[in-house]
Amino acid sequence: MTKESVLRIALVLPDLLGTYGDRGNALVLAKRSSWRGTPAEIVTVLSSSEAVPDSCDIYLVGGGEDVAQHAAVRFLRDGGLRRATQAGAPVLGICGGLQVLGTGFRTGDGSYHEGLGLIDVVTEPGASRAIGEVVTESSVDGIGVLTGFENHLGRSRIAEGVQPLGQVVHGIGNGYDAVEGAVSGHVVCTYLHGPVLARNPVLADTMLEWAVGRPLEPLPEIDEIEELRAERTNRIKFRSRHPNAQRSQ
Amino acid sequence: MNQARNHESTSTVEESVTEQRWRVVAPPPSEIRRPPRKDPRTTLAVGAGRLAATLSQRLGAGSGAIIGGRVALLLQPRALRRLTRGRRVVMVTGTNGKTTTTHMIVEALRERGGTVSNATGANMLDGHVAALMTRPRAPYAALEVDELHLARVTEEFEPAVIVLLNLSRDQLDRVGEIRSVEERLRRALRRAPGAHVIANADDPNIVSVAVDHPRVTWVAGGNRWKHDALNCPRCGTFLDGADEWRCVCGLVRPPADLTVDAEGVTGPDGWYRSLELALPGQVNRLNATFALAAALVLGGDPDTALRRIRDIDQANGRYGTVSLGGRIVRLLLAKNPASWLEMLDLVSAHRHPLILVVNSREADGFDVSWLWDIDFECLDGREVVVAGDRARDLAVRLRYAEVSCEVAGSVEDALTRLPGECPDVLANYTAFRDLSAKSAAP
Repeated sequence: MTKESVLRIALVLPDLLGTYGDRGNALVLAKRSSWRGTPAEIVTVLSSSEAVPDSCDIYLVGGGEDVAQHAAVRFLRDGGLRRATQAGAPVLGICGGLQVLGTGFRTGDGSYHEGLGLIDVVTEPGASRAIGEVVTESSVDGIGVLTGFENHLGRSRIAEGVQPLGQVVHGIGNGYDAVEGAVSGHVVCTYLHGPVLARNPVLADTMLEWAVGRPLEPLPEIDEIEELRAERTNRIKFRSRHPNAQRSQ
Repeated sequence: MNQARNHESTSTVEESVTEQRWRVVAPPPSEIRRPPRKDPRTTLAVGAGRLAATLSQRLGAGSGAIIGGRVALLLQPRALRRLTRGRRVVMVTGTNGKTTTTHMIVEALRERGGTVSNATGANMLDGHVAALMTRPRAPYAALEVDELHLARVTEEFEPAVIVLLNLSRDQLDRVGEIRSVEERLRRALRRAPGAHVIANADDPNIVSVAVDHPRVTWVAGGNRWKHDALNCPRCGTFLDGADEWRCVCGLVRPPADLTVDAEGVTGPDGWYRSLELALPGQVNRLNATFALAAALVLGGDPDTALRRIRDIDQANGRYGTVSLGGRIVRLLLAKNPASWLEMLDLVSAHRHPLILVVNSREADGFDVSWLWDIDFECLDGREVVVAGDRARDLAVRLRYAEVSCEVAGSVEDALTRLPGECPDVLANYTAFRDLSAKSAAP
């Protein structure tokens, strides 16, 4: 945290990696911080910027198209994101963001690109896009059930020593070993849109706690969020019991 | 206005085109066109398609348009090619405004003889065939086409006019990302070198689609949603969302042939017409300018066209004031971040209560993460009720925007919670369609 006690949230390259509403994660973190009395500032880092500042408290990298992903890797290779990550700042990579933060990824055209190597995950294109609702049981203590929406071609293999974010209850996830996402230190990667922090406030608060370095007092439960989570996860239970239930409601 | 005007082509990305000639006003087409050759297979297919449509209608399975088109295509896979022979066809595509603009083109061409149209919004090939079948002798057709299907259309025949409105994120889990849509549209245009393209000069994605085409009329009226064109569609360089954008790779905003502002439409050589519409918003002024351009290309009279366009007060229910559940409401279609931006702007002009309805069925896209791309913060202090399959996603989004709202089980339920002034209902695709079907004339 900076000394002025403003939480600075870096929204990294939303012009390149901002296709799937992932900007919402920044709004969620900012509000959950300010509702607790610490105002937050969203620092938008566009691809026209000189560099990514290393002084932010938390970094968000969203999803985008193939071309945008390797442009993002070029931009981020030696900058503030790497320094901040090494210093322990929490980083959330979503979808294309997971691939960018990882060791490397192969795009739809068959070419292989090195990623930033901030987490040991390698992505190859799958046979078809994984699209749909996902429910996982988080492997990270205290996070519980995660809900989100996935839409990706990549299948991501995590290295030994990297923890998955969750065990897949419904959906595809990484496409290997029935797991979804990856966690290493304070770097969290996932394929879940929704946005993921809007649907999973416990994950948002965990990342906020990492950012401020101390436990936060819980916010009063927000009924709308609990109802949304129940709706999204109950639908899945219904579907698993009725495998022939129609995809559209 | 009747002379052709030359200007330097803006096509600097590929050097093939160095200068383009265009006409705002094309010479009137010869009205006597060769009648389509008799083709027994097409006649049979059309007959069978009509029968299927009638049966489907009688059985209460809907308007029967799509099933009729499907049957005809099954019996005559070349039905689209055959049915467009001898007609001048305007294809309208883009993410937003297709239905309204197509409706405007039909009206603008009214004086010039019959125009068929897929007015129900069935905008893929079966819907086109169904529309064309209804009046095989009408000399004009104005057809809206799904962004992904224009390439299939130009494989079958060359339209007289192709209108390219805009491209922005929409139904990412069905349509895919903009890059692939843009490339498909470019491919579609390569197959239609003789068509007259009318394209949006302010949308970099559309410019990238159209800039290499030999005959383009550029229309400008601003582009408020910038988040899908912050970077050059060709090379990825940051463009900054500036009005007069110019990329280092050579892609540049072309000079507009027709520009529309809050007062009127300006063309080349001092050409000007004031523009007053029954439909609200700058977005419809731009749609009207596209329709005007299409009418001019087809030899229409601008004043007649504008008079017709001016009087339109709804397009397939869009913007219509209707009676719903015993109440008078205005129905607005808002189906993706760009159209929500426009509709939220429209409703900021008053303080009436608002009902927001979002579904996530197949035609909407199953993912509603895009709700977070919309600045709902502007609804602070408004009376808002949310409904639809994804009412709870909306409620969470509004909670984080610090806009208080109530969650209703249905729009009828929402109406009972809003006893005051006539509310505006903003609904996404299937929600809008269902409400429109349920509503009655006020």
